[in-house]
Amino acid sequence: MSAATTPSIWRGAVRLIAQRIGLAFVTLLLVSAVIFTLSSLLPGDAAQEVLGRGASPEQVAALRHQMGLDRPAPVRYVEWLFGIATGNPGHSLVANEPVAEIISERLPNTLTLAALTTLVAVPCAFLIGIASAVAQGRKLDRLLNILTLSMVALPEFLVATIAVLILAVKLQWLPSITLVPKDPTFGQFVRAYAMPVIVLGVGVIAQLGRMIRAAIIAELGRPYVEMARLKGVKSMRMVFRHVLPNAIGPIVNAMALSLSYLFGGAIVVETIFSYPGLASLMVNAVTTRDMPLLQACAMIFCATYLLLVLIADTVAILANPRLRQR
Amino acid sequence: MTRSNLVRAARALPLSGKVGLTLVSFWIVAALVGPFLAPYSPGAFVSEEVFAGASSRFWFGSDFLGRDVLSRLLVGARLTVGLSAIAVTLAAATGTGLALTAAVGPRWLDELLSRAMDTLISIPSKIFALVLVAAFGSSVVLLTIIVSITYVPGNFRIARSLAVGLTKLDYVEVARARGEGRPHIALVEMLPNMIRPLFADIGLRFVFIVLLLSGLSFLGLGLQPPDADLGSLVRENVSGLGEGALAILVPAVAIASLTVGVNLLIDAATQGKGK
Repeated sequence: MSAATTPSIWRGAVRLIAQRIGLAFVTLLLVSAVIFTLSSLLPGDAAQEVLGRGASPEQVAALRHQMGLDRPAPVRYVEWLFGIATGNPGHSLVANEPVAEIISERLPNTLTLAALTTLVAVPCAFLIGIASAVAQGRKLDRLLNILTLSMVALPEFLVATIAVLILAVKLQWLPSITLVPKDPTFGQFVRAYAMPVIVLGVGVIAQLGRMIRAAIIAELGRPYVEMARLKGVKSMRMVFRHVLPNAIGPIVNAMALSLSYLFGGAIVVETIFSYPGLASLMVNAVTTRDMPLLQACAMIFCATYLLLVLIADTVAILANPRLRQR
Repeated sequence: MTRSNLVRAARALPLSGKVGLTLVSFWIVAALVGPFLAPYSPGAFVSEEVFAGASSRFWFGSDFLGRDVLSRLLVGARLTVGLSAIAVTLAAATGTGLALTAAVGPRWLDELLSRAMDTLISIPSKIFALVLVAAFGSSVVLLTIIVSITYVPGNFRIARSLAVGLTKLDYVEVARARGEGRPHIALVEMLPNMIRPLFADIGLRFVFIVLLLSGLSFLGLGLQPPDADLGSLVRENVSGLGEGALAILVPAVAIASLTVGVNLLIDAATQGKGK
């Protein structure tokens, strides 16, 4: 490849990636409109909610005016959107604190849990995916297939219940709720996080493992693999040297999808282990109908999902020379 | 498909598929006749002991108030299976209906629907369900609708890609040249050819819906007392977790056996066709 052509190849990639970024922003904007519309279409609005049923219509009207709820919805939407973009998504109705403060307390916890689960789950999923792809159709593959198929369908609270029964009640190795002390030692840290990470991991490992298997098997059917096999390349070397680099696109995509599953799983896991994360915060917001808090949490989860998909797309574009040149 | 064909198809399933079929049939029967077989009234306080273990009087022990777990399980199973079945039917009918409309309709309509569904699909399903519950509340009817709305976009995406593939086929072109109207092309020409792949998707979505419904109930945002589905049973007995009570384990295992069963059955059924 000569030096003169290199920049134009990358320009193609940059244009593609810029398109994806633009698309992600448009989608996020539409998502924000959906969330805002749904959560402001409430029967009985926030002012009524705060004052209770006994309030006189004048009191409600006054508070509505004070909260700015009597202005037209499009105006409130634009203000809310602007607030979110500038890091000020409003005031929690129930906790009477800025939403940004409540969230900034919880967000690091959620990120820690997600990062730890990723760290544990991704290698396990690769192991399962590669092992069953190499053993395709044989006993190990069938066994792993049934195992992961069952793991995907388990409700998180069953996994959590069994984990607590075995690890906390019977063996008494781990505490049954997640309390992370301030400045924990490494041992305390591992003990505190072991259980939620295991429970969250089960679903992610199974789902990601299955998708990695599918991605590798799709590559194994290609002519270049047959060629390499005829040349005498061994199974394991084939997977690591030849197949994996070519399957990066679909695998990264699968990772984005399963990591986004972490949010859904986290809702139940955080509740069971009384872990102060963003997902349990959102559940509280639903129970107390704290709309500003709920909207902000929902936007964070959706934005994270879109970001994961965007990263996956970008990696796939950069890893695929054909996409790059287009 | 005649009955003997069905029996032959069931015999041809691999072992995992047979296990799945058994579990699924068991839960369908349980949902249909379970409440009539319940030994006690689900709301009656029949045991002096709370969180009692298994005995001949109470097969699955008693719950946190001394009610019979088996009776509550049989009644809860009907709600879980029934509501999920209704929700998945609604979701599939809406999703596939919109997909067919998009496929045979004008281009702008297809663009609009696809764009809208793409937006909804980028809201993680549990988050979407939480927002909807917060906005509309969670009565039995609303909950069923909310859960089905959550899974419409996924079904739409699959059904649309199947339908768009079919519009390019000769026999559809011929029907169009014959002067058939759009409803005829969508329902008579295209739909029958989408049913089989759609069934696998519907089965998977049924699993997601069972998990979502019981997850919501487990969080206290789903069915409200006195109605109790399997997820509510897990939630209300969560205080028995420390002593390993049957009352929390049994409903959780029940949900898992249903969802795992459906998954095994679909996997076995679709694999046989693929080869």
